[in-house]
Amino acid sequence: MGKTIREINERIRSGKAVVVTAEEIIDIVREKGARKAAREVDVITTGTFGPMCSSGALINLGHPKPRMKIQRAWLNDVPAYCGIAAVDIYLGATEMAEHDPLNEVYPGEFRYGGAHVIEDLVAGRKVRLRAEAYGTDCYPLKRWETELTLQDLPDARLFNPRNAYQNYNVAVNLSDRVIYTYMGVLRPNLGNANYCSAGQLSPLLNDPLFRTIGVGTRIFLGGGIGYVVDRGTQHQPEVPRTPRGHPRRPSGTLAVMGDLKGMSPRYLAGYSILGYGATLAVGIGIPIPVLDEEVVESASVSDEELYAPVVDYSVDYPQGTGRVLGEVSYAQLRSGEVEILGRRVPTASLSSYARAREIANVLKEWIRSGRFLLTEPVELLPCPDRERKGGEGN
Amino acid sequence: MIRRKVVLHFPREKVDKPIVSKLVRDYNLDFNILKASITPKEEGLLVMEITGEDEDYRRGVDYLEACGVEVQPLSQDVARNDERCTHCGACLAVCPTRALYLDGESMEVVFDREECVACELCVKVCPPRAMEIKY
Repeated sequence: MGKTIREINERIRSGKAVVVTAEEIIDIVREKGARKAAREVDVITTGTFGPMCSSGALINLGHPKPRMKIQRAWLNDVPAYCGIAAVDIYLGATEMAEHDPLNEVYPGEFRYGGAHVIEDLVAGRKVRLRAEAYGTDCYPLKRWETELTLQDLPDARLFNPRNAYQNYNVAVNLSDRVIYTYMGVLRPNLGNANYCSAGQLSPLLNDPLFRTIGVGTRIFLGGGIGYVVDRGTQHQPEVPRTPRGHPRRPSGTLAVMGDLKGMSPRYLAGYSILGYGATLAVGIGIPIPVLDEEVVESASVSDEELYAPVVDYSVDYPQGTGRVLGEVSYAQLRSGEVEILGRRVPTASLSSYARAREIANVLKEWIRSGRFLLTEPVELLPCPDRERKGGEGN
Repeated sequence: MIRRKVVLHFPREKVDKPIVSKLVRDYNLDFNILKASITPKEEGLLVMEITGEDEDYRRGVDYLEACGVEVQPLSQDVARNDERCTHCGACLAVCPTRALYLDGESMEVVFDREECVACELCVKVCPPRAMEIKY
């Protein structure tokens, strides 16, 4: 006997919903079994907090007087994309401030980029706008400089084309020099192994075949409310999986959107990755409605049963060879040391497990208190493995 | 017996003179140099761990200060801005002394200033720039 999202929402409204985090469900299922857990639990909350480069802000500046069709614009000297309507701009997280030395002095520090502007806006700090235009009969203004805050903007939406990667590479360096990558500093000759996933707390790893998370799913985004608006770019569901269906490679992704007003710098932070660039650390929490036993079964997965591929970032990744050196479990990664090619290698993470846990708990409280209701996905994300199962009448 | 990490600031005019070697010869102290640099203005900076008897240590420091060298305890050098730290753990990849480590319970990054040798590798590696140099 399954539950519907409508029934779960009724229980949330009446304050009776049983909500647990993706960490807590592991022990509940171990103790009581999936069948009993599915009856008792209504919602499982997940969380992740890590650098997600494919992020940015879609902003409507509101018209100055006279009006302006902006051709080029900068926020705190970081260029924004202006090739859309008059005062709409898109500020990408990885765009660097003009005159940043980038990697000219290697490794570059990348101190201030689009991600930092987004953090400044969300923190309520003033941001300097500079805009240029060629001028038209309907939009005559050619230059505009002003200071603004988030509250001054008619619209400011976080719009991230690819977030919440379902699993990710473990990056190592087989060469004999230090390399600076988006996965952090990698010391030579397998000096360290860097990973970036919340593992057992990660949203898509808890719904491996996307049975509940789809277009229209309401989520915790950057400390505020957001929505899954589509599959993310590079969404790749056709990958090797564990017997329980969890991907062993980077797999599904999400495109998400939400109002920047209401978000918090605690869950949306500008990052500077040495020698690589600026990026935005995004906090995402997704509720998983317990529709049936299978949902609980998948979400009760623990770090011991989740595997990530180890990839060399000195040659194999940059050259796109596709070679995988091996697999390690998230339990091993989190222990601080893994074995790769017969060597013991210390690990470091780019994704904050502490903050992922915090997000799952915040979302749990939102749902418990009745201020966050679940949504029915308008459409599920592409996933041949799920579709095949559905065809067999499961 | 005493074991202390200190930062020595050498004024410009002392940079080319042998000073610290006397700590071994005349003051019975052992030292391990953790970091040394000369700034563009030619001031010298030396970070080292000094080991020896209490009395020798005090006399040694008096001698250094008499030479015009400023002696500062090391713990003031690298500090963490707890507001900015997101506890990701990127710093663990570079910290040579495990002054930065992950607490297995809270999964938060702990900064043990006692173990910090102020190599400053974490400062630029920290994605949210939470590690700050304080001289």
